[in-house]
Amino acid sequence: MTRHLLSATALIALMSALPAGAQTLRIGLSDDADILDPDQSRTFVGRIVYAGLCDKLVDLDAQANIIPMLATDWSWSDDGMALVMDLREGVVFHDGTPFDADAVVANITRSMTLPESRRKSELSSVAGIEATGPMQVTFTLTAPDASLIAQLSDRAGMMVSPTAAEAAGAEFGQNPVCSGPFKFVERIQQDRIVLEKFADYYDADRIAIERVTYRPIPDTTVRLANLRSGELDIVERIAASDVGSVSQDAALQMQEAVGLGYMAIYANIGNGDRALTPMGEDARVRQAFSLAIDREALNQVVFEGTAVPGNQPFPPSSPWFNQDLPVPARDVEAARALLAEAGIDRMPVEIQHANNPVITQMMQVIQAMVAEAGFDVTLRATEFATLLSEQTAGNFQLSRSDWSGRPDPDGNLHQFVTCEGGINDPRYCNPEVDRLLNEARAANDRKVRKDLYDQAGVILNQDLPVIYLGHQTYIFALDQGVQGFEAFPDGMIRLQDVTLSQ
Amino acid sequence: MLIYIAKRLLVALPTLLIVSMLVFGLQMLLPGDPVLAMAGEDRDPETLARIRAQLNLDDPVPVQYLRWLGGVVQGDFGTSLRTGQPVSELILQKLPVTIQLAVMAMIFAALIGIPAGIIAAVRKGGVLDWTANIVALSGLSIPNFWLGIMLILLVSVNLGWLPASGYESIFVDPVRSLETMIMPAFVLGTGLAATLMRHTRSSMLGVLSADYIRTARAKGLTGRQVVLKHSFRNALLPVITLSALLFGELLAGAVLTEQIFTIPGFGKLIVDAVFNRDYAVVQGVVLCTAVGFLLMNLIADVVSVLLNPRMRAAL
Repeated sequence: MTRHLLSATALIALMSALPAGAQTLRIGLSDDADILDPDQSRTFVGRIVYAGLCDKLVDLDAQANIIPMLATDWSWSDDGMALVMDLREGVVFHDGTPFDADAVVANITRSMTLPESRRKSELSSVAGIEATGPMQVTFTLTAPDASLIAQLSDRAGMMVSPTAAEAAGAEFGQNPVCSGPFKFVERIQQDRIVLEKFADYYDADRIAIERVTYRPIPDTTVRLANLRSGELDIVERIAASDVGSVSQDAALQMQEAVGLGYMAIYANIGNGDRALTPMGEDARVRQAFSLAIDREALNQVVFEGTAVPGNQPFPPSSPWFNQDLPVPARDVEAARALLAEAGIDRMPVEIQHANNPVITQMMQVIQAMVAEAGFDVTLRATEFATLLSEQTAGNFQLSRSDWSGRPDPDGNLHQFVTCEGGINDPRYCNPEVDRLLNEARAANDRKVRKDLYDQAGVILNQDLPVIYLGHQTYIFALDQGVQGFEAFPDGMIRLQDVTLSQ
Repeated sequence: MLIYIAKRLLVALPTLLIVSMLVFGLQMLLPGDPVLAMAGEDRDPETLARIRAQLNLDDPVPVQYLRWLGGVVQGDFGTSLRTGQPVSELILQKLPVTIQLAVMAMIFAALIGIPAGIIAAVRKGGVLDWTANIVALSGLSIPNFWLGIMLILLVSVNLGWLPASGYESIFVDPVRSLETMIMPAFVLGTGLAATLMRHTRSSMLGVLSADYIRTARAKGLTGRQVVLKHSFRNALLPVITLSALLFGELLAGAVLTEQIFTIPGFGKLIVDAVFNRDYAVVQGVVLCTAVGFLLMNLIADVVSVLLNPRMRAAL
């Protein structure tokens, strides 16, 4: 009895000795991150980890506006060929290296020159960077590029410790050292990534969490089950089919934000022999196809109303959305008339798509919708890597794939629809579109840019190399104990102001 | 005996070589460009060309294969395209996880399957036999992934008894390690238990009708002695061989089980590697699995020899 009493007392003493705020936030990711080096990585989930680990020159707010982070202020030269950034004072990297202009120069240089760097194309407009003061850098450009700032709000703008980067080289990702609110502790491949609070963070008052564990759990059902059983506190990207049960669960809450990207069908316009069908050669046929789709019904049936119907590379809620081109209602008669104008009664179409259940369902619904207008659709489901290969190689008539989106409108358009665009798989080429998009890239005035994008949007809406269907929503499910979390349109999990109570 | 083992190991070498060639060739037949899979959304032609050159993927396939083989001979399995980690390090990290899962599943299977098989054989045609058969049939027919998800929902979400997923090394936190492994091992073990039960049963039935058992009974031995000492030991031989063969099935099952319970083991490693076209990892894992499979067979043969004096004479 005495012994029991003793051990109970000891236990209580031990429990009260633990700091009350020793909180670990456990986050369920839908995939395992790849290498944790901002210059080398490419996965979406990797970026979620960076939101805790690595601060960037600039950040996005909940409306996807660019806001200061490590750069407090910036300005463009009149000719748009130079960008001057003032840097935040009093910031240190996790290894104690001070953050200053030299550190930024080293970082941008690394992104541009490291052989393994994946950031080269994002920084392709940068000719050079120099320290023009202890806390000021100046980017010089090869051509005006308004989208550069937005690039710096992501991995290209993440600052790693130059000391650590130089010591580790391409191996940096095994033990990343940045300046974010949390520092790297350990990683077990495919199991967990652990970060702990960085005491010297410049904005430490806003960080209440002591430790963060990211766990990759690809299966959405299992990810949600882990949240329900209390193994996790936040899970990202839950399935639309689970939204109903989560919102009815008193122990859980939900946060969502419309993403920056889009869901679309790419039409092969000029990529090899498979473009040589009415679908590739006659814009009226593509218009008919687009008109035969009921985008709102798609949203209701496949996404339980959680997505947003759309017809442009930006969601209707975006300031870049062209209000003169509203999302069209389904019009089978008009679609039939357009087909008849093109001299077609019925025509076969093959659409390739990724073989996951949601997209497959979506395509089956589309298949049924367009059949009424005269399209006999054959669906070809392939695994994602294969889909990308086929799409690049031009072995498709129509191809269904998604774009995760970029905060700057340029990132959702330029590389897809300009003649020399890096991922212009339809091989669509219209000099007028090129001119408008190049001018929009070079202009720094928001109104001028909006006008140019609107003009390009009108042409693209006629030519339809890309048939936009809608925009996905990032849906997070959280334990009721998590407070202060906000969903962002880039789908990142920002840990500032997040608290945890049991 | 040692000579026998050495001979067997020698014979295994060409098998491994053929396996590695097959896997390498089959991977090249897979549609989907590894460079595209690696590049993800940043797939402009320049980036693609850069990655391709970095990884020597422009070389002819035989050259790539020989380069890989040359590395393996020197103990270098290459590095993962996705994470930049050495493949050998990845394998060493994941192997203990899957071994733990496989061993625990095997224990489950043996504990359930073998006694059930014996009882079913002894009570052939009786209620217990039928029950065991029906349970075994269910065990074989229920898919792993379904059983896994149902168990998670019941045991973790509703009852809150066990963690829904995850993994902890047995050396770091043994209790947590067992907690996280019980459900996956059970799920993985059920199918095996069924197979083991069926084979134990038929093997026991064969032995029980043999002449020497009749003699043993005639000598006046008790039922227990006849069943456990005389029949079971002999009936065990085919079961052991089978267990070794089931090892392959176990690994295949581990692929699914590890996905459901998100256990960072071999199965998850290879599935992710295939989807990411991470060739070096796929190669390394398959080669290791083949080695493991061959070793298990060898061990099974050695154990059979030890259990059966007649086979010892045949060596």
